[in-house]
Amino acid sequence: MTALVEVNNLSKAFGGVHAVEDVSFSVDAGQVYSVIGPNGAGKTTLFNLITGLYTPTSGEVKLNGESIAKLQPNDLAERGMCRTFQQMQICMNMTAIENVMLGRHLTLKSNLLTTLFRLPSLTRGEKAAREKAAELMEFVGCGEYLDTEASAMSYGALKRLEIARALAAEPKVVLLDEPAAGLNAVETAALEELIRKIAEQGITVMLVEHDMKLVMGISDRLLVLNYGRVLAEGTPEQIRANPDVIAAYLGG
Amino acid sequence: MMAQFSRFRLKGLVFLAIVVFALPLFISNPFHYGLATQIALIAGAVVGLNLLVGFAGQISLGHAGFFGVGAYFSAIMTSNYGWSAIPALVVGAIGVAIIAWAVGRPILRLKGHYLSMATLAVGFIIAIILNNERELTGGPDGMPMPAFDVFGWELSVFGQYSLFGMDISGDLAWYLFAGVILLAAVWLAQNLIDSPIGRALRSVHGSEVAASVVGVNTAKYKSLVFVISAVYASVMGALYGHFQGFITPSIASFDFSILLITMVVLGGMGSTIGVIIGAVVLELLPQVLADFQEMEMMLFGLILMLTMIFMPKGLLPTAANYLNKRRSKSAGGDA
Repeated sequence: MTALVEVNNLSKAFGGVHAVEDVSFSVDAGQVYSVIGPNGAGKTTLFNLITGLYTPTSGEVKLNGESIAKLQPNDLAERGMCRTFQQMQICMNMTAIENVMLGRHLTLKSNLLTTLFRLPSLTRGEKAAREKAAELMEFVGCGEYLDTEASAMSYGALKRLEIARALAAEPKVVLLDEPAAGLNAVETAALEELIRKIAEQGITVMLVEHDMKLVMGISDRLLVLNYGRVLAEGTPEQIRANPDVIAAYLGG
Repeated sequence: MMAQFSRFRLKGLVFLAIVVFALPLFISNPFHYGLATQIALIAGAVVGLNLLVGFAGQISLGHAGFFGVGAYFSAIMTSNYGWSAIPALVVGAIGVAIIAWAVGRPILRLKGHYLSMATLAVGFIIAIILNNERELTGGPDGMPMPAFDVFGWELSVFGQYSLFGMDISGDLAWYLFAGVILLAAVWLAQNLIDSPIGRALRSVHGSEVAASVVGVNTAKYKSLVFVISAVYASVMGALYGHFQGFITPSIASFDFSILLITMVVLGGMGSTIGVIIGAVVLELLPQVLADFQEMEMMLFGLILMLTMIFMPKGLLPTAANYLNKRRSKSAGGDA
Protein backbone atom coordinates (compact mmCIF):
# COMPACT_ATOMS: atom_id res chain seq x y z
CA MET A 1 0.00 0.00 0.00
CA THR A 2 1.35 3.45 -0.86
CA ALA A 3 1.46 6.10 1.78
CA LEU A 4 -1.14 8.87 1.40
CA VAL A 5 0.77 11.31 3.57
CA GLU A 6 4.51 11.02 3.86
CA VAL A 7 6.65 13.23 6.09
CA ASN A 8 10.42 13.13 5.61
CA ASN A 9 12.92 14.71 8.03
CA LEU A 10 10.61 17.65 8.64
CA SER A 11 11.97 20.48 10.81
CA LYS A 12 10.68 23.88 11.84
CA ALA A 13 12.61 26.37 13.92
CA PHE A 14 11.20 29.62 15.32
CA GLY A 15 14.39 31.58 15.95
CA GLY A 16 16.38 29.27 18.18
CA VAL A 17 13.42 27.13 19.19
CA HIS A 18 13.16 23.85 17.34
CA ALA A 19 9.43 23.27 17.47
CA VAL A 20 9.61 20.27 15.16
CA GLU A 21 12.89 18.52 14.52
CA ASP A 22 13.67 15.78 12.03
CA VAL A 23 10.25 14.16 12.10
CA SER A 24 9.51 11.35 9.65
CA PHE A 25 6.47 9.11 9.38
CA SER A 26 3.92 7.99 6.85
CA VAL A 27 0.17 7.54 6.92
CA ASP A 28 -1.56 4.93 4.77
CA ALA A 29 -4.87 5.64 3.11
CA GLY A 30 -7.83 4.71 5.27
CA GLN A 31 -5.97 4.83 8.58
CA VAL A 32 -6.79 6.76 11.70
CA TYR A 33 -3.42 8.18 12.61
CA SER A 34 -2.91 10.10 15.84
CA VAL A 35 -0.19 12.44 16.99
CA ILE A 36 0.17 12.69 20.76
CA GLY A 37 2.65 14.22 23.14
CA PRO A 38 2.89 16.53 26.14
CA ASN A 39 1.97 20.22 25.82
CA GLY A 40 4.43 22.06 23.63
CA ALA A 41 5.68 18.89 21.98
CA GLY A 42 5.09 20.42 18.54
CA LYS A 43 1.91 18.60 17.53
CA THR A 44 0.01 21.61 16.23
CA THR A 45 3.17 22.97 14.59
CA LEU A 46 3.45 19.64 12.78
CA PHE A 47 -0.15 19.96 11.57
CA ASN A 48 0.45 23.54 10.46
CA LEU A 49 3.48 22.37 8.47
CA ILE A 50 1.58 19.54 6.82
CA THR A 51 -1.36 21.77 5.88
CA GLY A 52 0.77 24.56 4.43
CA LEU A 53 0.15 27.23 7.08
CA TYR A 54 3.86 27.17 8.00
CA THR A 55 6.80 26.74 5.66
CA PRO A 56 9.24 24.07 6.88
CA THR A 57 12.81 25.03 7.73
CA SER A 58 13.87 21.78 6.13
CA GLY A 59 12.42 18.44 5.09
CA GLU A 60 9.38 17.70 2.99
CA VAL A 61 5.76 16.58 3.09
CA LYS A 62 4.27 14.45 0.34
CA LEU A 63 0.61 13.97 -0.40
CA ASN A 64 -0.05 11.08 -2.77
CA GLY A 65 3.61 11.12 -3.72
CA GLU A 66 3.64 14.84 -4.60
CA SER A 67 5.79 17.22 -2.58
CA ILE A 68 3.51 19.84 -1.04
CA ALA A 69 5.79 21.77 1.28
CA LYS A 70 5.67 24.92 -0.89
CA LEU A 71 1.94 24.92 -1.60
CA GLN A 72 -0.66 27.22 -0.04
CA PRO A 73 -3.48 25.77 2.09
CA ASN A 74 -6.01 26.34 -0.69
CA ASP A 75 -3.84 24.34 -3.12
CA LEU A 76 -3.79 21.50 -0.60
CA ALA A 77 -7.57 21.58 -0.29
CA GLU A 78 -7.72 21.10 -4.06
CA ARG A 79 -5.53 18.03 -3.64
CA GLY A 80 -7.80 16.55 -1.00
CA MET A 81 -6.41 17.72 2.32
CA CYS A 82 -8.62 19.52 4.81
CA ARG A 83 -8.40 20.32 8.49
CA THR A 84 -9.95 21.72 11.64
CA PHE A 85 -8.28 23.87 14.26
CA GLN A 86 -7.54 23.74 17.95
CA GLN A 87 -8.53 27.40 18.10
CA MET A 88 -11.70 27.00 16.07
CA GLN A 89 -11.83 28.92 12.82
CA ILE A 90 -15.51 29.57 12.18
CA CYS A 91 -16.88 32.45 10.14
CA MET A 92 -18.99 34.14 12.79
CA ASN A 93 -20.47 36.51 10.20
CA MET A 94 -22.37 33.62 8.60
CA THR A 95 -24.98 31.08 9.54
CA ALA A 96 -24.05 27.50 10.44
CA ILE A 97 -25.04 26.03 7.10
CA GLU A 98 -23.25 28.78 5.20
CA ASN A 99 -20.07 27.80 7.00
CA VAL A 100 -20.51 24.24 5.78
CA MET A 101 -21.46 25.42 2.29
CA LEU A 102 -18.19 27.33 2.27
CA GLY A 103 -16.60 23.89 2.42
CA ARG A 104 -18.26 23.13 -0.92
CA HIS A 105 -16.36 26.01 -2.48
CA LEU A 106 -14.12 23.86 -4.68
CA THR A 107 -16.98 21.73 -5.97
CA LEU A 108 -19.10 24.75 -6.90
CA LYS A 109 -18.17 26.16 -10.26
CA SER A 110 -19.33 29.73 -10.52
CA ASN A 111 -18.39 32.68 -12.62
CA LEU A 112 -19.15 36.32 -12.10
CA LEU A 113 -21.80 36.48 -14.80
CA THR A 114 -23.97 33.61 -13.53
CA THR A 115 -23.53 35.03 -10.03
CA LEU A 116 -24.42 38.67 -10.71
CA PHE A 117 -27.52 37.78 -12.70
CA ARG A 118 -28.36 34.77 -10.56
CA LEU A 119 -28.82 32.47 -13.52
CA PRO A 120 -30.54 29.08 -13.03
CA SER A 121 -27.27 27.14 -13.10
CA LEU A 122 -26.16 29.01 -9.98
CA THR A 123 -29.43 28.44 -8.15
CA ARG A 124 -29.25 24.72 -8.95
CA GLY A 125 -25.68 24.47 -7.67
CA GLU A 126 -26.60 26.35 -4.51
CA LYS A 127 -29.56 24.11 -3.85
CA ALA A 128 -27.45 20.98 -4.22
CA ALA A 129 -24.74 22.49 -2.00
CA ARG A 130 -27.27 23.31 0.66
CA GLU A 131 -28.69 19.80 0.61
CA LYS A 132 -25.23 18.29 0.88
CA ALA A 133 -24.34 20.68 3.71
CA ALA A 134 -27.53 19.85 5.60
CA GLU A 135 -26.77 16.16 5.19
CA LEU A 136 -23.27 16.65 6.58
CA MET A 137 -24.54 18.68 9.53
CA GLU A 138 -26.90 15.84 10.30
CA PHE A 139 -23.99 13.40 9.94
CA VAL A 140 -21.79 15.22 12.47
CA GLY A 141 -24.72 15.79 14.79
CA CYS A 142 -25.55 19.48 14.55
CA GLY A 143 -28.43 19.16 12.11
CA GLU A 144 -30.74 21.20 14.31
CA TYR A 145 -28.70 24.37 13.80
CA LEU A 146 -29.05 24.76 10.01
CA ASP A 147 -29.96 28.42 9.88
CA THR A 148 -28.62 29.48 13.25
CA GLU A 149 -26.08 32.27 13.21
CA ALA A 150 -22.70 30.68 13.95
CA SER A 151 -22.13 33.29 16.66
CA ALA A 152 -25.15 31.95 18.57
CA MET A 153 -23.98 28.33 18.68
CA SER A 154 -22.43 26.46 21.59
CA TYR A 155 -18.78 25.50 21.68
CA GLY A 156 -19.44 21.80 21.23
CA ALA A 157 -21.76 22.38 18.26
CA LEU A 158 -19.19 24.65 16.62
CA LYS A 159 -16.54 21.97 16.95
CA ARG A 160 -18.79 19.55 15.08
CA LEU A 161 -19.65 22.25 12.57
CA GLU A 162 -15.99 22.69 11.78
CA ILE A 163 -15.69 18.97 11.05
CA ALA A 164 -18.74 19.17 8.77
CA ARG A 165 -17.11 22.04 6.87
CA ALA A 166 -13.91 20.03 6.40
CA LEU A 167 -15.90 17.03 5.16
CA ALA A 168 -17.87 19.22 2.76
CA ALA A 169 -14.70 19.65 0.72
CA GLU A 170 -14.73 15.89 0.12
CA PRO A 171 -11.18 15.38 1.37
CA LYS A 172 -9.05 12.27 1.06
CA VAL A 173 -7.42 13.09 4.37
CA VAL A 174 -8.79 15.25 7.15
CA LEU A 175 -6.64 16.56 9.99
CA LEU A 176 -8.43 17.18 13.27
CA ASP A 177 -6.54 19.32 15.77
CA GLU A 178 -7.75 18.48 19.28
CA PRO A 179 -11.39 17.85 18.40
CA ALA A 180 -12.16 16.67 21.94
CA ALA A 181 -10.65 19.66 23.75
CA GLY A 182 -13.29 21.29 25.93
CA LEU A 183 -15.87 18.56 25.36
CA ASN A 184 -17.54 16.64 28.19
CA ALA A 185 -17.55 12.83 28.44
CA VAL A 186 -20.81 12.37 26.55
CA GLU A 187 -19.70 14.69 23.74
CA THR A 188 -16.34 12.92 23.57
CA ALA A 189 -18.04 9.56 23.18
CA ALA A 190 -20.15 10.99 20.35
CA LEU A 191 -16.97 12.38 18.76
CA GLU A 192 -15.31 8.96 18.91
CA GLU A 193 -18.31 7.50 17.13
CA LEU A 194 -18.13 10.29 14.52
CA ILE A 195 -14.44 9.74 13.80
CA ARG A 196 -15.13 6.05 13.34
CA LYS A 197 -17.91 6.83 10.88
CA ILE A 198 -15.63 9.20 8.95
CA ALA A 199 -12.94 6.52 8.72
CA GLU A 200 -15.52 3.97 7.58
CA GLN A 201 -16.24 6.18 4.58
CA GLY A 202 -12.65 5.66 3.49
CA ILE A 203 -11.43 9.09 4.59
CA THR A 204 -8.03 9.05 6.21
CA VAL A 205 -8.10 10.80 9.58
CA MET A 206 -5.12 12.42 11.27
CA LEU A 207 -5.68 13.44 14.84
CA VAL A 208 -3.92 15.56 17.43
CA GLU A 209 -5.48 14.76 20.75
CA HIS A 210 -4.86 14.75 24.48
CA ASP A 211 -7.67 12.42 25.46
CA MET A 212 -5.76 9.12 25.77
CA LYS A 213 -8.82 6.94 26.05
CA LEU A 214 -10.19 8.36 22.80
CA VAL A 215 -6.88 8.12 20.98
CA MET A 216 -6.02 4.58 22.06
CA GLY A 217 -9.50 3.41 21.18
CA ILE A 218 -9.74 4.60 17.59
CA SER A 219 -6.20 4.94 16.24
CA ASP A 220 -4.60 2.45 13.87
CA ARG A 221 -1.20 3.97 14.54
CA LEU A 222 0.22 6.66 16.78
CA LEU A 223 3.12 9.07 16.66
CA VAL A 224 4.45 10.33 19.99
CA LEU A 225 6.28 13.67 19.95
CA ASN A 226 8.37 15.07 22.76
CA TYR A 227 10.25 18.38 22.51
CA GLY A 228 9.64 18.37 18.76
CA ARG A 229 11.22 14.97 18.16
CA VAL A 230 9.72 11.57 17.52
CA LEU A 231 9.70 9.60 20.74
CA ALA A 232 7.89 6.55 19.43
CA GLU A 233 5.71 5.36 16.58
CA GLY A 234 3.53 2.30 16.32
CA THR A 235 0.23 0.65 17.08
CA PRO A 236 -1.64 1.57 20.28
CA GLU A 237 -0.39 -1.64 21.94
CA GLN A 238 3.22 -0.89 21.07
CA ILE A 239 2.90 2.69 22.30
CA ARG A 240 1.27 1.65 25.55
CA ALA A 241 4.16 -0.73 26.25
CA ASN A 242 6.91 1.69 25.23
CA PRO A 243 9.07 2.65 28.26
CA ASP A 244 10.12 6.01 26.74
CA VAL A 245 6.49 7.04 26.32
CA ILE A 246 5.66 6.03 29.87
CA ALA A 247 8.63 8.02 31.13
CA ALA A 248 7.68 11.14 29.15
CA TYR A 249 4.07 11.04 30.28
CA LEU A 250 4.65 10.11 33.88
CA GLY A 251 7.80 12.18 34.24
CA GLY A 252 9.98 9.20 35.11
CA MET B 1 -31.67 29.49 5.21
CA MET B 2 -31.31 30.34 1.59
CA ALA B 3 -35.04 30.48 1.20
CA GLN B 4 -35.08 32.73 4.24
CA PHE B 5 -32.26 34.87 2.98
CA SER B 6 -33.81 35.15 -0.46
CA ARG B 7 -37.06 36.27 1.05
CA PHE B 8 -35.24 38.76 3.21
CA ARG B 9 -33.27 39.94 0.20
CA LEU B 10 -36.40 40.39 -1.84
CA LYS B 11 -38.02 42.30 1.02
CA GLY B 12 -35.14 44.79 1.04
CA LEU B 13 -35.33 45.27 -2.70
CA VAL B 14 -39.11 45.68 -2.70
CA PHE B 15 -38.92 48.12 0.20
CA LEU B 16 -36.31 50.14 -1.64
CA ALA B 17 -38.34 50.10 -4.86
CA ILE B 18 -41.42 51.37 -3.03
CA VAL B 19 -39.45 54.20 -1.43
CA VAL B 20 -37.80 55.14 -4.72
CA PHE B 21 -41.02 55.22 -6.75
CA ALA B 22 -43.24 56.69 -4.03
CA LEU B 23 -40.94 59.62 -3.31
CA PRO B 24 -42.12 61.69 -6.32
CA LEU B 25 -45.58 61.72 -4.73
CA PHE B 26 -44.17 63.77 -1.86
CA ILE B 27 -41.74 66.09 -3.60
CA SER B 28 -42.03 68.17 -6.74
CA ASN B 29 -39.43 70.86 -6.31
CA PRO B 30 -36.52 70.50 -8.82
CA PHE B 31 -34.02 71.12 -6.01
CA HIS B 32 -35.40 68.17 -4.07
CA TYR B 33 -35.32 65.96 -7.16
CA GLY B 34 -31.73 67.01 -7.73
CA LEU B 35 -30.80 66.15 -4.17
CA ALA B 36 -32.57 62.78 -4.37
CA THR B 37 -30.81 61.96 -7.66
CA GLN B 38 -27.45 62.84 -6.19
CA ILE B 39 -28.16 60.68 -3.13
CA ALA B 40 -29.24 57.71 -5.28
CA LEU B 41 -26.07 57.84 -7.36
CA ILE B 42 -23.77 58.20 -4.37
CA ALA B 43 -25.69 55.43 -2.58
CA GLY B 44 -24.94 53.19 -5.56
CA ALA B 45 -21.24 53.75 -5.05
CA VAL B 46 -21.65 53.10 -1.31
CA VAL B 47 -23.40 49.79 -2.02
CA GLY B 48 -20.30 48.79 -4.00
CA LEU B 49 -17.95 49.97 -1.28
CA ASN B 50 -19.94 47.97 1.25
CA LEU B 51 -19.11 44.78 -0.68
CA LEU B 52 -15.46 45.48 0.06
CA VAL B 53 -15.72 46.93 3.57
CA GLY B 54 -18.85 45.36 5.02
CA PHE B 55 -18.71 41.89 3.52
CA ALA B 56 -15.06 41.19 2.77
CA GLY B 57 -13.76 43.22 5.73
CA GLN B 58 -11.13 45.15 3.75
CA ILE B 59 -10.82 48.91 4.00
CA SER B 60 -10.46 51.49 1.27
CA LEU B 61 -9.83 55.14 2.07
CA GLY B 62 -9.34 56.01 -1.58
CA HIS B 63 -12.59 55.03 -3.18
CA ALA B 64 -13.44 58.56 -4.24
CA GLY B 65 -10.42 58.21 -6.52
CA PHE B 66 -12.19 55.52 -8.55
CA PHE B 67 -15.39 57.59 -8.52
CA GLY B 68 -13.34 60.50 -9.88
CA VAL B 69 -11.59 58.49 -12.57
CA GLY B 70 -14.94 57.17 -13.81
CA ALA B 71 -16.39 60.68 -13.93
CA TYR B 72 -13.36 62.32 -15.54
CA PHE B 73 -12.83 59.59 -18.11
CA SER B 74 -16.44 59.95 -19.23
CA ALA B 75 -16.20 63.75 -19.16
CA ILE B 76 -13.05 63.82 -21.29
CA MET B 77 -14.23 61.27 -23.83
CA THR B 78 -17.70 62.78 -24.25
CA SER B 79 -16.66 66.47 -24.15
CA ASN B 80 -13.38 66.35 -26.05
CA TYR B 81 -13.66 63.32 -28.27
CA GLY B 82 -17.36 63.21 -29.01
CA TRP B 83 -17.93 59.75 -27.57
CA SER B 84 -21.41 58.69 -26.61
CA ALA B 85 -22.06 58.36 -22.84
CA ILE B 86 -22.42 54.60 -22.59
CA PRO B 87 -19.24 53.56 -24.42
CA ALA B 88 -17.34 56.14 -22.36
CA LEU B 89 -18.85 54.78 -19.14
CA VAL B 90 -18.08 51.17 -20.04
CA VAL B 91 -14.52 51.78 -21.22
CA GLY B 92 -13.92 53.95 -18.14
CA ALA B 93 -15.19 51.15 -15.90
CA ILE B 94 -12.91 48.64 -17.61
CA GLY B 95 -9.99 51.04 -17.15
CA VAL B 96 -10.81 51.47 -13.47
CA ALA B 97 -11.09 47.68 -13.12
CA ILE B 98 -7.58 47.32 -14.53
CA ILE B 99 -6.20 50.06 -12.27
CA ALA B 100 -7.90 48.53 -9.22
CA TRP B 101 -6.64 45.07 -10.09
CA ALA B 102 -3.09 46.32 -10.63
CA VAL B 103 -2.92 48.26 -7.36
CA GLY B 104 -5.09 45.74 -5.49
CA ARG B 105 -2.83 42.73 -6.05
CA PRO B 106 0.06 44.12 -4.03
CA ILE B 107 -1.78 46.29 -1.48
CA LEU B 108 -4.40 43.74 -0.45
CA ARG B 109 -1.59 41.66 1.01
CA LEU B 110 -1.42 44.40 3.63
CA LYS B 111 -3.69 44.36 6.63
CA GLY B 112 -5.31 46.92 8.93
CA HIS B 113 -3.59 50.30 9.05
CA TYR B 114 -1.19 49.42 6.25
CA LEU B 115 -4.01 48.64 3.86
CA SER B 116 -5.75 51.90 4.88
CA MET B 117 -2.58 53.87 4.19
CA ALA B 118 -2.03 52.23 0.81
CA THR B 119 -5.61 52.87 -0.38
CA LEU B 120 -5.36 56.40 0.99
CA ALA B 121 -2.25 56.93 -1.13
CA VAL B 122 -3.98 55.61 -4.26
CA GLY B 123 -6.81 58.09 -3.70
CA PHE B 124 -4.38 60.96 -3.18
CA ILE B 125 -2.40 60.13 -6.33
CA ILE B 126 -5.58 60.15 -8.42
CA ALA B 127 -6.70 63.46 -6.87
CA ILE B 128 -3.30 65.02 -7.53
CA ILE B 129 -3.32 63.90 -11.16
CA LEU B 130 -6.84 65.30 -11.70
CA ASN B 131 -5.78 68.60 -10.12
CA ASN B 132 -2.60 68.97 -12.14
CA GLU B 133 -3.42 67.69 -15.62
CA ARG B 134 -5.01 71.02 -16.52
CA GLU B 135 -4.90 70.39 -20.28
CA LEU B 136 -7.08 67.34 -19.87
CA THR B 137 -9.15 67.97 -16.75
CA GLY B 138 -9.25 71.73 -16.38
CA GLY B 139 -7.41 71.35 -13.07
CA PRO B 140 -9.02 72.62 -9.88
CA ASP B 141 -11.54 74.64 -11.91
CA GLY B 142 -13.12 71.45 -13.15
CA MET B 143 -14.66 70.69 -16.51
CA PRO B 144 -18.12 70.58 -18.08
CA MET B 145 -19.79 67.34 -18.99
CA PRO B 146 -22.54 66.87 -21.62
CA ALA B 147 -25.92 65.33 -20.88
CA PHE B 148 -26.23 61.56 -20.67
CA ASP B 149 -27.24 60.08 -24.00
CA VAL B 150 -28.39 56.72 -25.28
CA PHE B 151 -28.38 56.23 -29.08
CA GLY B 152 -28.94 59.90 -29.72
CA TRP B 153 -31.62 60.25 -27.03
CA GLU B 154 -30.50 62.69 -24.38
CA LEU B 155 -31.33 62.73 -20.70
CA SER B 156 -31.00 66.25 -19.44
CA VAL B 157 -32.35 67.90 -16.30
CA PHE B 158 -33.59 70.72 -18.55
CA GLY B 159 -35.49 68.41 -20.90
CA GLN B 160 -39.14 67.40 -21.07
CA TYR B 161 -40.03 63.75 -21.39
CA SER B 162 -43.07 61.57 -21.49
CA LEU B 163 -43.30 58.33 -19.60
CA PHE B 164 -46.33 56.03 -20.02
CA GLY B 165 -48.19 58.95 -21.53
CA MET B 166 -47.36 61.29 -18.64
CA ASP B 167 -45.34 64.44 -19.17
CA ILE B 168 -42.43 64.56 -16.76
CA SER B 169 -39.72 67.11 -16.20
CA GLY B 170 -36.04 66.43 -16.80
CA ASP B 171 -35.43 66.55 -13.04
CA LEU B 172 -37.94 63.82 -12.39
CA ALA B 173 -36.68 61.77 -15.34
CA TRP B 174 -33.14 61.90 -13.97
CA TYR B 175 -34.38 60.96 -10.55
CA LEU B 176 -36.26 57.92 -11.86
CA PHE B 177 -33.25 56.90 -13.93
CA ALA B 178 -30.94 57.16 -10.89
CA GLY B 179 -33.47 55.24 -8.80
CA VAL B 180 -33.54 52.38 -11.31
CA ILE B 181 -29.73 52.37 -11.43
CA LEU B 182 -29.62 52.16 -7.62
CA LEU B 183 -32.10 49.27 -7.61
CA ALA B 184 -30.00 47.46 -10.20
CA ALA B 185 -26.87 48.10 -8.13
CA VAL B 186 -28.56 46.64 -5.05
CA TRP B 187 -29.93 43.65 -6.96
CA LEU B 188 -26.51 42.79 -8.38
CA ALA B 189 -24.81 43.25 -5.01
CA GLN B 190 -27.34 41.00 -3.26
CA ASN B 191 -26.97 38.33 -5.93
CA LEU B 192 -23.22 38.47 -5.45
CA ILE B 193 -23.44 38.13 -1.67
CA ASP B 194 -25.80 35.15 -1.74
CA SER B 195 -23.59 32.94 -3.91
CA PRO B 196 -20.44 30.83 -3.66
CA ILE B 197 -18.39 33.91 -4.53
CA GLY B 198 -20.22 35.89 -1.84
CA ARG B 199 -19.55 33.22 0.78
CA ALA B 200 -15.89 33.22 -0.20
CA LEU B 201 -15.83 37.01 0.22
CA ARG B 202 -17.51 36.90 3.60
CA SER B 203 -15.23 34.09 4.75
CA VAL B 204 -12.24 36.35 4.11
CA HIS B 205 -13.81 38.64 6.71
CA GLY B 206 -14.90 35.84 9.06
CA SER B 207 -11.76 33.72 9.07
CA GLU B 208 -9.17 33.91 6.35
CA VAL B 209 -7.53 30.71 7.61
CA ALA B 210 -10.79 28.77 7.53
CA ALA B 211 -11.42 30.03 4.01
CA SER B 212 -8.01 28.95 2.76
CA VAL B 213 -8.12 25.41 4.20
CA VAL B 214 -11.33 24.63 2.34
CA GLY B 215 -9.80 25.83 -0.89
CA VAL B 216 -10.67 29.54 -1.12
CA ASN B 217 -7.88 31.47 -2.80
CA THR B 218 -8.24 34.45 -0.49
CA ALA B 219 -5.85 36.72 -2.41
CA LYS B 220 -7.88 36.22 -5.59
CA TYR B 221 -11.18 37.02 -3.89
CA LYS B 222 -9.83 40.12 -2.18
CA SER B 223 -8.66 41.43 -5.54
CA LEU B 224 -11.98 40.52 -7.12
CA VAL B 225 -14.08 42.40 -4.59
CA PHE B 226 -11.73 45.39 -4.71
CA VAL B 227 -12.18 45.51 -8.49
CA ILE B 228 -15.96 45.11 -8.28
CA SER B 229 -16.32 47.89 -5.71
CA ALA B 230 -14.05 50.14 -7.79
CA VAL B 231 -16.19 49.48 -10.88
CA TYR B 232 -19.31 50.41 -8.90
CA ALA B 233 -17.63 53.69 -7.94
CA SER B 234 -16.51 54.33 -11.51
CA VAL B 235 -19.95 53.79 -13.05
CA MET B 236 -21.66 55.92 -10.40
CA GLY B 237 -19.00 58.59 -10.83
CA ALA B 238 -19.63 58.79 -14.57
CA LEU B 239 -23.41 59.03 -14.09
CA TYR B 240 -22.95 61.60 -11.32
CA GLY B 241 -20.85 63.72 -13.68
CA HIS B 242 -23.45 63.57 -16.45
CA PHE B 243 -26.13 64.51 -13.96
CA GLN B 244 -24.22 67.46 -12.48
CA GLY B 245 -23.06 68.68 -15.89
CA PHE B 246 -19.85 69.93 -14.33
CA ILE B 247 -17.22 68.17 -12.26
CA THR B 248 -14.30 69.27 -10.13
CA PRO B 249 -11.52 67.21 -8.55
CA SER B 250 -13.35 67.43 -5.22
CA ILE B 251 -15.28 64.29 -6.23
CA ALA B 252 -12.00 62.38 -6.04
CA SER B 253 -10.88 64.02 -2.80
CA PHE B 254 -9.89 62.44 0.49
CA ASP B 255 -12.88 64.15 2.13
CA PHE B 256 -15.24 62.38 -0.22
CA SER B 257 -13.55 59.02 0.39
CA ILE B 258 -14.07 59.50 4.11
CA LEU B 259 -17.68 60.47 3.53
CA LEU B 260 -18.26 57.23 1.58
CA ILE B 261 -16.69 55.12 4.34
CA THR B 262 -18.70 56.99 6.97
CA MET B 263 -21.91 56.19 5.08
CA VAL B 264 -21.02 52.48 5.14
CA VAL B 265 -20.15 52.47 8.84
CA LEU B 266 -23.11 54.59 9.90
CA GLY B 267 -25.68 52.65 7.86
CA GLY B 268 -24.37 49.26 8.89
CA MET B 269 -21.42 47.37 7.46
CA GLY B 270 -22.66 44.34 5.58
CA SER B 271 -26.23 45.61 5.29
CA THR B 272 -27.01 46.67 1.73
CA ILE B 273 -30.17 48.57 2.62
CA GLY B 274 -28.46 49.93 5.75
CA VAL B 275 -25.65 51.64 3.87
CA ILE B 276 -28.19 53.33 1.61
CA ILE B 277 -29.79 54.79 4.72
CA GLY B 278 -26.30 55.89 5.75
CA ALA B 279 -25.92 57.67 2.40
CA VAL B 280 -29.32 59.36 2.76
CA VAL B 281 -28.60 60.60 6.30
CA LEU B 282 -25.15 61.94 5.52
CA GLU B 283 -26.24 63.64 2.31
CA LEU B 284 -29.23 65.28 3.96
CA LEU B 285 -27.36 66.37 7.07
CA PRO B 286 -25.37 69.17 5.37
CA GLN B 287 -28.67 70.50 3.96
CA VAL B 288 -30.16 70.69 7.41
CA LEU B 289 -27.00 72.08 8.95
CA ALA B 290 -26.08 74.49 6.18
CA ASP B 291 -25.02 77.09 8.75
CA PHE B 292 -22.21 74.87 10.02
CA GLN B 293 -20.69 74.13 6.64
CA GLU B 294 -17.11 74.76 7.70
CA MET B 295 -17.49 72.21 10.48
CA GLU B 296 -18.81 69.51 8.16
CA MET B 297 -15.73 67.27 8.26
CA MET B 298 -15.58 67.57 12.04
CA LEU B 299 -19.20 66.55 12.24
CA PHE B 300 -18.66 63.52 9.99
CA GLY B 301 -15.69 62.51 12.11
CA LEU B 302 -17.81 62.79 15.21
CA ILE B 303 -20.58 60.69 13.63
CA LEU B 304 -18.06 58.04 12.62
CA MET B 305 -16.63 57.94 16.14
CA LEU B 306 -19.99 57.83 17.91
CA THR B 307 -21.23 55.09 15.57
CA MET B 308 -18.17 52.97 16.24
CA ILE B 309 -18.56 53.39 19.99
CA PHE B 310 -22.31 53.16 20.48
CA MET B 311 -23.54 51.08 17.56
CA PRO B 312 -20.64 49.37 15.86
CA LYS B 313 -23.03 47.38 13.70
CA GLY B 314 -24.54 50.55 12.25
CA LEU B 315 -27.98 52.13 12.16
CA LEU B 316 -30.11 49.50 10.43
CA PRO B 317 -28.72 46.30 12.05
CA THR B 318 -28.86 47.96 15.49
CA ALA B 319 -32.45 49.05 14.94
CA ALA B 320 -33.42 45.60 13.61
CA ASN B 321 -31.81 43.95 16.63
CA TYR B 322 -33.64 46.29 18.99
CA LEU B 323 -37.00 45.59 17.34
CA ASN B 324 -36.40 41.82 17.34
CA LYS B 325 -35.57 41.90 21.03
CA ARG B 326 -38.67 43.88 21.83
CA ARG B 327 -40.80 41.58 19.74
CA SER B 328 -39.43 38.40 21.35
CA LYS B 329 -39.83 40.02 24.77
CA SER B 330 -43.48 40.82 24.20
CA ALA B 331 -44.01 37.36 22.68
CA GLY B 332 -42.40 35.90 25.81
CA GLY B 333 -44.74 38.04 27.94
CA ASP B 334 -47.79 36.65 26.15
CA ALA B 335 -46.75 33.04 26.65
